[in-house]
Amino acid sequence: MTLLALYSPRPGALHRTPAGWKLAALAGLSVLLFAVPELPVAATALAVVVLLALAGARLTARQVLAQVRPVWLWLAGLLAFHLVVTDLATGALAVLRLATLVLAAAVVTATSRVAELVAVIEWLLAPLRLVGVRPGRIGLAIAMTLRFIPLVAERAGRIREAQAARGATRPLFLLLVPLLVQVLQLAHTTAEALDARGADDEAPPRPFWRRS
Amino acid sequence: MARPWRRAADRPAQDDAVLPRTAVELVGVTHSYGDRTVLRDVSVVLAEHRVGVIGSNGSGKSTFARLLNGLVLPTAGRVLVDGLDTAEHLRAVRRRVGFVFQDPDAQIVHPTVAEDVAFGLHNQRVPAAEREQRVAEVLARYGLAGHADHPAHLLSGGQKQLLAIAGVLVMRPARVVFDEPTTLLDLANRRRVARVVEELEQDVLVVTHDLDLLAGFDRVLVVEDGRVVADGAPGETVGWYVARMS
Repeated sequence: MTLLALYSPRPGALHRTPAGWKLAALAGLSVLLFAVPELPVAATALAVVVLLALAGARLTARQVLAQVRPVWLWLAGLLAFHLVVTDLATGALAVLRLATLVLAAAVVTATSRVAELVAVIEWLLAPLRLVGVRPGRIGLAIAMTLRFIPLVAERAGRIREAQAARGATRPLFLLLVPLLVQVLQLAHTTAEALDARGADDEAPPRPFWRRS
Repeated sequence: MARPWRRAADRPAQDDAVLPRTAVELVGVTHSYGDRTVLRDVSVVLAEHRVGVIGSNGSGKSTFARLLNGLVLPTAGRVLVDGLDTAEHLRAVRRRVGFVFQDPDAQIVHPTVAEDVAFGLHNQRVPAAEREQRVAEVLARYGLAGHADHPAHLLSGGQKQLLAIAGVLVMRPARVVFDEPTTLLDLANRRRVARVVEELEQDVLVVTHDLDLLAGFDRVLVVEDGRVVADGAPGETVGWYVARMS
């Protein structure tokens, strides 16, 4: 399980829960945490989410900690900021809220396939068909973003290695142009692949003002 | 999930061109990218089960392959797939002709293996239950069943190429075009892809520099400077090409 591919195919109770319900619960939790600014509420919410991560999503303790690790510096900075500007209780509340939401989001993505999450987004965006928007295209863009971030990072790594092997002293500055060229080439071939795999099969919806 | 708005993707596909599989025909085809002409007045009929296309870099063979499923349309002339003109029946032609690219990374568009294989079926409006069944079948066939929920970017090069092939074959095209499918692979994976090509029931056209891949093919074309300069059985055509390159 990596940061950009969180789905963990262990059969837990939350895996069987529809993605739409989980996203709705995540949205509800966000509202609750900010509508009720009480330390006990935030602490209880965090405890419940940790329990869901371990029992409902079948994540290991190490995987749970790994979700918070990328943001712990931000959380520490936030607490320090509040210690200077406000007080410990306000800082603790802010940290608990953010940690709870980060972990809750991780539980949702660990128990839902990208396709399920994208289907919910497409369903939510379906009314935009009335004004000519293709929700499927937006869903595809989200899925492709998740797919191509690690790929572009891998290509950047390869360019950096090639430059370092040839003695480049400012690899970050020199990285930009060759990476841009590679990404544009990749985009061109990917566009062809999308055509070849029938991505353009669905005719665009007609906006309501153009319907007879 | 009950949906108040029915998506176009949920509606069954309408195959507007159910025709018998006959042949691919290029009639006086010329193709230019701006001022640069890459194919010149090519006329050929491809009715064999397995056809190879070889030639040096920049000879026009990739453009030749791209013409067959309408990724590229001719500047002059016509390309007919089972009687369908690619310029007029693009969607129907693309349903009949699958295309496997050289770089599988450019062809894999979804984050996980099973989701990517399902992509083409989703575009064809295949119902969800059938989609899942066909995805499971094709993943098992190409040894990817254990990777169904794995991130695609963590697969090996050979597995990525198999995933790209699975993503095309799950759509059950009548023909498959491969554009240098073994170029980025090691020997073991080259042999694996060669075996996949050999076992396909569909008609295949393979553009390649890997001459070993063409063993057992029915016909090989040599493309040079935008023209078909040799055309025949693999033994004589490949021999002629190797002698020319020497």
